Amino acid sequence: MKTHIDISKRKGERKEFSEASLVRIKELMSNVPEGKHKTAVIHVLHMAQSELGGWISVETMDYVAELLNITPIEVYEVATFYTMFHLDPTGKYVLEVCRTGPCMLVGSDKIIDYIEKKLAIKVGETTSDGLFTLKTVECLGACGYGPMLQCQYKNYEFLTTEKVDDLLNAMSNGILETYQS
Amino acid sequence: MKGRKLLIENAHIPGITTFDVYQKNGGYRALDKALKSMSPNDVVEEVKKSGLRGRGGAGFPTGMKWSFLAKPEGVPRYLVCNADESEPGTFKDRYLMEHIPHLLIEGMILSSYALGANLSFIYIRGEFMWILEILEKAIAEAYSKGYLGKNIKGSGYDLDLRVVPGGGAYICGEETALIESLEGKRGNPRIKPPFPAVKGLWGCPTVVNNVESIAAVVPIVNEGGDAYAAIGIGRSTGTKLISACGNVARPGVYEIDLGVSVEEFIYGDDYCRGMANGKKLKACVPGGSSVPILPHYLVTKTATGEDRLMTYESLADGGFATGSMLGSGGFIVFDEDQCIVRNTWNFARFYAHESCGQCSPCREGTSWMEKVLYRLEHGNGNIRDIDLLAEINKKIEGNTICPLGDAAAWPVAAAINHFREEFEWHVTNREEAVSRNYGLSKEPVTA
Ligand SMILES: Cc1cc2nc3c(=O)[nH]c(=O)nc-3n(C[C@H](O)[C@H](O)[C@H](O)COP(=O)(O)O)c2cc1C
Ligand code: SF4
Ligand code: FES
Repeated sequence: MKTHIDISKRKGERKEFSEASLVRIKELMSNVPEGKHKTAVIHVLHMAQSELGGWISVETMDYVAELLNITPIEVYEVATFYTMFHLDPTGKYVLEVCRTGPCMLVGSDKIIDYIEKKLAIKVGETTSDGLFTLKTVECLGACGYGPMLQCQYKNYEFLTTEKVDDLLNAMSNGILETYQS
Repeated sequence: MKGRKLLIENAHIPGITTFDVYQKNGGYRALDKALKSMSPNDVVEEVKKSGLRGRGGAGFPTGMKWSFLAKPEGVPRYLVCNADESEPGTFKDRYLMEHIPHLLIEGMILSSYALGANLSFIYIRGEFMWILEILEKAIAEAYSKGYLGKNIKGSGYDLDLRVVPGGGAYICGEETALIESLEGKRGNPRIKPPFPAVKGLWGCPTVVNNVESIAAVVPIVNEGGDAYAAIGIGRSTGTKLISACGNVARPGVYEIDLGVSVEEFIYGDDYCRGMANGKKLKACVPGGSSVPILPHYLVTKTATGEDRLMTYESLADGGFATGSMLGSGGFIVFDEDQCIVRNTWNFARFYAHESCGQCSPCREGTSWMEKVLYRLEHGNGNIRDIDLLAEINKKIEGNTICPLGDAAAWPVAAAINHFREEFEWHVTNREEAVSRNYGLSKEPVTA
């Protein structure tokens, strides 16, 4: 559970969706009965995070509220409840390592330690070059394929320190694309 | 159909994620049959006969749940598929949706037809975004083949099907939190009653079912409820997807006939193939993190010495004192090198993190348990802490809006019940406890 989150301290610049995304948002809103289009809010926040800078600023929340024709508070309360939404600027690649029991049984602790040392950051921090943010998350439904991490909606499973090396190298060299944009 | 996989038999066929290959391999046959020759009520009756029980964790009979759905004139009803799959240890629905998405789509159309829903939803956890895309592709194909939309295959039945993602919150697996989230809100569970069957999505009658439950409707309609019920033992009918993880040699998703012995499941060649690296079995959580842990001597045998079977009844044999639950089928196996205190702390942290925070016993209690367990695990605990945990437990249990509180409390109670010595050892041998693990627990000597 998250306790109080002061969104007034989280200012970003206003960015706008591409035409294609705006069409998609219209479609999501029309997928449900008249007047129930608020259903789309979580999906649109995912799109915003992917397309508008990797995190959700207050400006982005206000923009989403406008697009969905709902009040800003209806977006704030959703964006602050769900853990996938980053409310602070992040690195280009957000590494989210699963820390829950089944992954721990097969060595997730070691993977977390290894990434911390390798990138010289602690969980929750971003490298000074702005490339990586390291986070830990709860079970991602990959328990038999652990240790695992998710980065921009993609899973990397059966991790070993060698695999982590390869992955971070590929990311550093720009070989791995982020999910969108 | 005994011994045959009913859900994932065809999951390995190349191209099975496409409509054409799925249909060539017998897909949409059940739906054709139902639309041509069965009334919605006939479908409900077959599901009742099958004895199918909810595969999301609670094991409530699906046919009975369907028959509770209120049907007031002129009010829409909804079917919502629970694809939140967030119970630690559980990764079976993901397997099904990723490998054979049309099975879920066919099941959704069949079940919606049975319930008289004209708009249905699949609510999927946001971390499964790539599966959302797989499902949307499959749905688009079903529309283009006339299996979704207006007047499906000339039957006069209309159905639209949508996929909606969550945003990362375990609690949205609870059905009323899921409904809130689907409405575009925070995932705060609702007080029941009213139950979703009366007032669910947008205040309308709603059925929420797990992915696997809905997929199972396809073989039930294909082969008949009686044939389905012939598999399994007693009230545990049919097949079940079990996701095995932890320290087994071959973790993964297995479709079992309910009634296979736990021994066979852990050690058999068709299943987990024993423990990884030749280690010894220390404990097992057979149904996802919310169910009680079993010490090694109660995993393959019940307290009365009978073989433990993979059924709802046998896994629960002995109640919470010496049994556990089949739950969601998230089968977590621990070897001799694992620390029970550490794992109990880890799970407590999970529940504290995932509590939605609206009831004080759950919000405060789960955080307290986490803190107390953290200090025990890190060699700063106190013998009284162990009883303190039991006390916090009692304050949470039964005093909350949704079952997350209980789900957090019971596993702690079970761990202390079976592994008290190991907890005490963490207090009496502080230094050793941070540097090594306790090892196997001793079997209690019974008179
Ligand atoms: C905290 C909590 C989390 C749950 N998570 C899930 C889940 O991820 N998937 C699921 O199908 N059911 C989950 N359930 C059970 C659902 O509330 C509901 O009982 C189930 O979806 C009903 O479907 P079934 O009858 O087909 O099993 C959860 C329940 C609770 C209390
Ligand atoms: S029991 Fe916990 S998760 Fe459930 S409603 Fe109460 S605070 Fe929220
Ligand atoms: S515990 Fe890591 S994915 Fe489930």
